[in-house]
Amino acid sequence: MALAHIISPKWRTTLSRARQSQGGRGKAIVMGTVGLVFWLAVFGVLYRVLRYFRGVEEIGPLLAGKLLGLVLLSFLSILILSNVITALSSFFLAKDLDLLVSSPVDWIHVYLAKLGETAVHSSWMVALMAVPIFTAYGIVYDGGWLFGPFVVSVFIPLLLFPAVVGSALTLILVNVFPARRTRDLLSIIAIAAAGGVVLLFRLIRPEQLARPEGFRNLLDFITVLRTPTSPFLPSEWATDSVMGYLVGPFDPLALVLLWSSAGATIVVGALLHWKLYASGYTKAQEGAERFIRGWVWQRVLGPIFHPLSVAKREFVIKDLKLFFRDTTQWSQLILLGVLVVIYLFNIKALPLFSGEQVPFALVTIVSFLNLGLAGFVLAAIAARFIFPAISLEGRQMWLLRSSPLNLRAMLWSKYWVGTIPLLVLALLITILTNVLLQASTFMMAVGVSTIILLTLAMSAMALGLGAVFPQFDTENAAQIPTSYGGLVFMMSTIALLAAVIVIEAAPVYAYLQAASRGEPIPISTTMLGAFALVAVLCLGATTVALYVGLRRIEAMEF
Amino acid sequence: MIQLEGLTKQYGKFVAVNGIDMEVPTGELFGFLGPNGAGKTTTLRMIAGILRPTAGRVLLGGDDVQENPMAAKARLGYIPDRPFVYEKLTGAEFLRFVAGLYGQDGTVIEQRIDELLDLFELSVWKDELVEAYSHGMRQKLIISSALIHRPECIVVDEPMVGLDPKGARLLKDIFRQFVDRGGTVLMSTHTLEVAQAMCDRIAIIQNGNIVARGTIAELRHQTEAGDASLEELFLKLTGGGAMRELAAVLSD
Repeated sequence: MALAHIISPKWRTTLSRARQSQGGRGKAIVMGTVGLVFWLAVFGVLYRVLRYFRGVEEIGPLLAGKLLGLVLLSFLSILILSNVITALSSFFLAKDLDLLVSSPVDWIHVYLAKLGETAVHSSWMVALMAVPIFTAYGIVYDGGWLFGPFVVSVFIPLLLFPAVVGSALTLILVNVFPARRTRDLLSIIAIAAAGGVVLLFRLIRPEQLARPEGFRNLLDFITVLRTPTSPFLPSEWATDSVMGYLVGPFDPLALVLLWSSAGATIVVGALLHWKLYASGYTKAQEGAERFIRGWVWQRVLGPIFHPLSVAKREFVIKDLKLFFRDTTQWSQLILLGVLVVIYLFNIKALPLFSGEQVPFALVTIVSFLNLGLAGFVLAAIAARFIFPAISLEGRQMWLLRSSPLNLRAMLWSKYWVGTIPLLVLALLITILTNVLLQASTFMMAVGVSTIILLTLAMSAMALGLGAVFPQFDTENAAQIPTSYGGLVFMMSTIALLAAVIVIEAAPVYAYLQAASRGEPIPISTTMLGAFALVAVLCLGATTVALYVGLRRIEAMEF
Repeated sequence: MIQLEGLTKQYGKFVAVNGIDMEVPTGELFGFLGPNGAGKTTTLRMIAGILRPTAGRVLLGGDDVQENPMAAKARLGYIPDRPFVYEKLTGAEFLRFVAGLYGQDGTVIEQRIDELLDLFELSVWKDELVEAYSHGMRQKLIISSALIHRPECIVVDEPMVGLDPKGARLLKDIFRQFVDRGGTVLMSTHTLEVAQAMCDRIAIIQNGNIVARGTIAELRHQTEAGDASLEELFLKLTGGGAMRELAAVLSD
């Protein structure tokens, strides 16, 4: 009863938020459709793979089990990391803690309520992701109606383990370091680890494993498949339970192990909480020592932005300082670096130059389509870094609106602070990929000019739509792009990208035909018209987006 | 000088501020009192240009806040009730940024930053991020930011919240000196002793309407309250029912 009472404000808040959310039914339909498409895509791919496995004699079920084991192991790793970070907020930094800690509430109820909160916040996405995966397994291996409840009974302890372990790790860390410092440290470690894993996975070129010459003999292969990867991990017990249920023989030991160990972990976690929470919570109240050499920034950036008006200059410098002093913001640059390296690596790894004759047409087409792909990557980056710009000003809007700051100057500063780095990145990706592809001068010129126009437009759209769909309540910038407005931005950008690619397809095709016949570039009205249309479209999108954004900011009330 | 003419703010059918007319002349410290939800903060936010009025207008030194916002806002220093500032800036950087918003920079501003931080005993914290500041320190920083550009008018919402007695006394002295030198202060507060001691004139707002205004003597005369204190006048004008309920609850 007491536990339910502690949790009740959370779910009541969630319910009210759902009722009051902007967009109502339309938003729910869009989000639901996107979610459904994603689910269907995951289900479709896995269904085909599992159908194929099922058709392979002897090793089919082993492969399916191995795949499930890998998936659940990845889930477990992601969940531990995510729980560590979430536990820091829910156990030590949440706003309701002062009330809970000062009230006569039993410590075990506080622990269980906060553990539940941590588990739900960290696991909902993984749980949703697991639905199409288990559905595919259930359908391919004829799991029957009881398979659903069975999977739930397997999955719940699998979610509880990382929640308890993550919370316990956080509890120990907070007792050693100040909570806010720990949060910064963890964000960097988490992002660097995620980036490292993705990079490593790509650089080992997993596509080579599919080549048959990689296996020396079948028996070795089966032996490897039969060996449990991690026999002491809950993910392995969960895999054994599920595969035992689906293909037999079913051994209840794995399920018993899962539940009994989850129960035991919660007991150990609760004991740790009992012993260490009070001291950890006290330490978490200490502010981290944050003396800043502000003059360094002023000396370096002041002269660079000196030609700007005072208000614009101070705004730009302020935005740069806030970005580089916020670990949750700048640490994302690590992922960005990884993304660029993988992107370039993928282009380099394309089997275009493996034959004796380099097909000119293929290189031109890849170079052209690369424009769309690079545009998509840039759109994702704009969504992460430029879209939240207006939302992040929310709490300080009293200052901006009560001062004689021209809102146009604010928008101008935010636009260029976001656009210039994006433009540098866009040019870097486009020029390097075209050099790697050994594309012609014509394609290089088309690529560079188009990506400049697209970057200007996407940046403006991110800022404009960020003002139309602001998230003033969210303090974490990383959550803002995942909102409904973020989705609208991504869809609008993809529509713009598609339009640009379709319009430019005609002149590029004409160039390709002429070049293959050894003729000079056919500069025609159609070609010039197509490029002019792209320019008008992109510059139009830039102007309209910035205008709408400005009007929206002017109309905002706080 | 601050002038409000028929100032109205409606949220749907709810009228938060109902056609207020008010004038605070140069060299006056004007108190703006009222119960919770009476419309004080909404009025002050309209004066500061944060909220757009549904009807009416606000003039600061003769400039309309909606028609000529740059000129009007350049005359104003606004101190909100909730001190939200950029957590990742230091105190000095925040003041430099605010001065920049008013188009001011250079050595004059650097000197002014040092003076203000020194005045509010924040010099030691000058190069520390605002996220480490206490509520009272943030309040002092915001007060400093409202003074950095040497405004003609100050609009302040609950200035004493979070301030220690020394800080509160300092603020009273600053406001008094400010009006003595020809400045204008419009101050909303629930601290009636402060209002009685500091303000030249007072207006009491209830349900979006001004129910009384004038000096303490004029308010006493209007309400026929003899030599009652401001607290008694306030309760008489805004209804003492809530006070009686509170007393009943506490005695249970």
